[in-house]
Amino acid sequence: MTGIPVAVVVQAQGLGKHVNGPSGDLTILQGLDLQIQAGEAVAILGASGSGKSTLLGLLAGLDGATAGEVWLCGQRLDALTEDGRAALRAGRVGFVFQSFQLLPTLTARENVLLPLELTGTRDAEARADEALTRVGLAPRAGHYPRQLSGGEQQRVAIARAYAPRPVVLFADEPTGNLDQATGEQIIDLLLDLRAEAGAALVLVTHDPALAERCDRRLRMRDGALERIA
Amino acid sequence: MTMGALMRSPTWRISLRLLRRDWRSGELYLLAAALILTVAAVTAVGFFTDRIESAMVRQGGELLAADLAVDGSSRPPDAYLNQAVSLGLESARTLEFPSVVMGAAGAQLVQVKVVDAAYPLRGRLRLRDGFTDPERTVEQGPPAGEVWVEARLLRLLEARIGDSVALGETRLRIGAILSYEPDRGGNLVNLAPRVLMNDADLPATGLVSEASRVRHRLLLAGEVDAVAALSAWLKPRLPVNLTLVDGRTARPEFESALDRASRFLHLATLVTLLVAGSAIALASRRLVERQIDAVAIMRCLGAPQHLLLRVFLLRLVLFGLVASLVGSLVGWVGQLGLVAALADWFGTDLPPPSLMPVAVGVLTGLIALLGFAVPPLLQLTRVPPLRALRRDLGTPRASAAAAVLGALLALALLVFWQAGDAVLAGQLLGGVALTLVTLVLAVLGLVKAASGLAGRTRGVWRLGLAALTRRPTFAVLQIAGFGLGILALLLLAVVRVDLLEAWQQGLPEGAPNQFLINIQPQEVEPLRAFLVEQGITQAELYPMIRGRLIRIGERPVNPSDYPNPRAESLVAREFNLSFSEAPVPAGRADNRLVAGQSWAAGETAPQFSLEQGLAETLGIALGDRLTFFVSGHEVSAPVTSLREVRWDSFNVNFFVVSPPALLGVEAATYITSFHLPADREAVIPALIARFPSVTLLDVEALLTQVRAVVDRGVLAVEYVFLFTLAAGVLVMFAGIQASLAERRTEHGILRTLGAGRNALLGSLAVEFTAAGLLAGFLASIFAEVTGWLLAEQLFGLQFSFNPLLWVTGVLGSGLLIGLAGTLATWPLLIRPPLQTLRRAA
Repeated sequence: MTGIPVAVVVQAQGLGKHVNGPSGDLTILQGLDLQIQAGEAVAILGASGSGKSTLLGLLAGLDGATAGEVWLCGQRLDALTEDGRAALRAGRVGFVFQSFQLLPTLTARENVLLPLELTGTRDAEARADEALTRVGLAPRAGHYPRQLSGGEQQRVAIARAYAPRPVVLFADEPTGNLDQATGEQIIDLLLDLRAEAGAALVLVTHDPALAERCDRRLRMRDGALERIA
Repeated sequence: MTMGALMRSPTWRISLRLLRRDWRSGELYLLAAALILTVAAVTAVGFFTDRIESAMVRQGGELLAADLAVDGSSRPPDAYLNQAVSLGLESARTLEFPSVVMGAAGAQLVQVKVVDAAYPLRGRLRLRDGFTDPERTVEQGPPAGEVWVEARLLRLLEARIGDSVALGETRLRIGAILSYEPDRGGNLVNLAPRVLMNDADLPATGLVSEASRVRHRLLLAGEVDAVAALSAWLKPRLPVNLTLVDGRTARPEFESALDRASRFLHLATLVTLLVAGSAIALASRRLVERQIDAVAIMRCLGAPQHLLLRVFLLRLVLFGLVASLVGSLVGWVGQLGLVAALADWFGTDLPPPSLMPVAVGVLTGLIALLGFAVPPLLQLTRVPPLRALRRDLGTPRASAAAAVLGALLALALLVFWQAGDAVLAGQLLGGVALTLVTLVLAVLGLVKAASGLAGRTRGVWRLGLAALTRRPTFAVLQIAGFGLGILALLLLAVVRVDLLEAWQQGLPEGAPNQFLINIQPQEVEPLRAFLVEQGITQAELYPMIRGRLIRIGERPVNPSDYPNPRAESLVAREFNLSFSEAPVPAGRADNRLVAGQSWAAGETAPQFSLEQGLAETLGIALGDRLTFFVSGHEVSAPVTSLREVRWDSFNVNFFVVSPPALLGVEAATYITSFHLPADREAVIPALIARFPSVTLLDVEALLTQVRAVVDRGVLAVEYVFLFTLAAGVLVMFAGIQASLAERRTEHGILRTLGAGRNALLGSLAVEFTAAGLLAGFLASIFAEVTGWLLAEQLFGLQFSFNPLLWVTGVLGSGLLIGLAGTLATWPLLIRPPLQTLRRAA
């Protein structure tokens, strides 16, 4: 059905993204190719404004490309509607954002429950509790995001990302808003959980030290990716 | 989807969870308050009209001697009576016909009324035992063998109490002078003297046969529900020659006052609805804005659009249902207060409320909520998931057309439904649309002017004025919100008082309570002198000529051509015509020209001025030529003006008036009205003794009823306006709240950059005070125009320009909003900047 090996969870071919800026046409990505295997951790490095987050958005189906094709979990994204892409993500794709993006009106536990409820998971509550215990926040399950520190909020976000047992996890500068020590703990947690779940990890960062801990490192430059030895 | 399936679905669980969370986080308080208030106002008035209006109508029953009557030229069938009895109602029958009585001094034309033992069902008869004796009240009509007669008949017959008179083939003893009968309504003028007799004596008179011209009346009274049930049962069954009369329609004066009370009440509710509706709109907009990030994240996590839409709609409906039920409860408690305030008037007579207003309230709440909130909610489903990654991505712009259309549709639906009067609703909606457009344009203009001013100022002035002008759309929204709130307060504080005072003043303490009719021309001067002698100086005497309308243009007038019973009965009888040097006498606030031209003193061109309601009922337009049959010949002239007459002023007014040149040559009698204080009752016997052929009509009872409606109506309207006041405060609060999120970031940044608290506080004070002044200025203009329109156009009252309104409006608004806005945003300044910035993030 797909022509893409099942072991490949994310694939991009000839990917391009152009936007109309105030100073004319702007090319963010051009002719980009990428393949990520199941369980693989890939770091994407690059300076601010190099297009890392744009690439992440395209790979996760949050945005549409202007050229090329993206395959996620064996499905070609441009053949799907917005809702089709949402359905594809549900339960298969996890996200960790730089600014945590927890819902402020929900407690830590309810934030973790949200993706499980969206997919109608049967043992949602047990799995949410398990995920919170795993990130060490079971005692704070009833707290609201504003009652948690930055590191704690990001751990809740990681629990939310892993609770549905995704195939692939996208992390956008997950330590960008944290101090170094906390940032390292968060990366440890991300990688440990990835290993336990067997999920692929696409980590966007500008920190080479974090990138070092991934299986493969790529750098964004002039709208394309190059491998770092 | 079945209810069970829905309650097991993720939609239901997520909706409930988010709703609970939204509530706990305080996101919904403002919207809930706006909704509860709207529903409470609508249900309180619903309960009011449900209970108290019916009680008011019942009070009016005294003017009918019953709660309901079937009136007509044939005897109301026994089936009606049986149905009334089965509903537990009391009944009485009366008959009226013209006849002649023979006394010692000869024959006299009289108006006979035959009553049974049950008459009157409501109100009391009043009698005198001699011309100068005090009045006494009785519960029943005369016993068999006896008649009670009007005082002037005794004079005309040169008879005394105890004498007997011949009526048809029998003789009856005069038992007392009848000085008051509650239901002596209808055509007041040129009535022959009254003779009241017992129905047991009727057969012996031989006066009534199958073919006699007799007016039959079946009087009915009882529990409100039973009366309403009978009325509903009767309406579809009545033949053309029978009509249904109730307390409301018994007298035009009473009906007019009740109508006005009801209009005031509905208007107060509508204003509350509009103002609270604006609060709902502002609060919904804020709610939606605060959901954008949550939606983006849920889209990332795989939630499809249709699920989000269902979740949001379900949340909204659940929330709306709960808030509306709470609002209904508040409305119910509210009407208890109203009923308690009016308890002395209604006594224990008040019917219990039905549950109908709850249903109306809940439906109103849902319509308002869905109308105002659904368009911005639809915008949420278009939030791109990418926003979770890139917060700089703008939110999808709400379709302005959809938002306006949704709000207008909801508003139109509610206003037409609540007003129960298409004209009132149309005027109000037109007014609102015009107000909004003018408000937006005016705010844009003023903001532009303020922006010019900001450029020439420094320090906190510059910061404050710039804050106001930086985001024109937002400023328009905020100032429009403030303006509406202030408008509600001004309408409440000033215009309402003016309007209600004008209404009350329309019926001052000294309003006429006595009418004298059938005054002969040669009696005019002696009577005037007599009244002056008695200290009654304001009594104006008006000429009155009887005439039957026979043609409108070339078209002959035939009562059976008019399907409307009111029109039919109008043309079937003679009109009271009058002549005057001007169609509207000088200094008469109850009578004003609404179309056409007045005529000058000494005008010789034949013409008529018509009462507007009469012209409408009979389909007569300006320029139509009317022909009346007066004293054996035709009098014809075109209609050159229409007048609006406030019948509840209790002054003498006429349907048709001409210049003296036209009707001054016809044989006329005169009519006058005056106020007689209760302690001057002795004037009446003296007057009757001196002018025996004059008919005296005591309308004190009617006046008391009308005044009660006005006073209670005013109280009820003031009560409902309390909801408007709350709505006004709420909409201003919503305006301030709407800006808090943006201010949080802005102030965090400014303080981080070193702006001092005092400078920021100063700029806030400048910004909110300026917004308050602008809003107050606009609101004052609108309040003045609204007050004028309402008074002149809707209620037919005199409205005067109120300079206090401007002082209160502009300065009060600047002060109030300046203070409230600064206080509301003050917490942003006392928090450390980092905390403020973190919350903003």
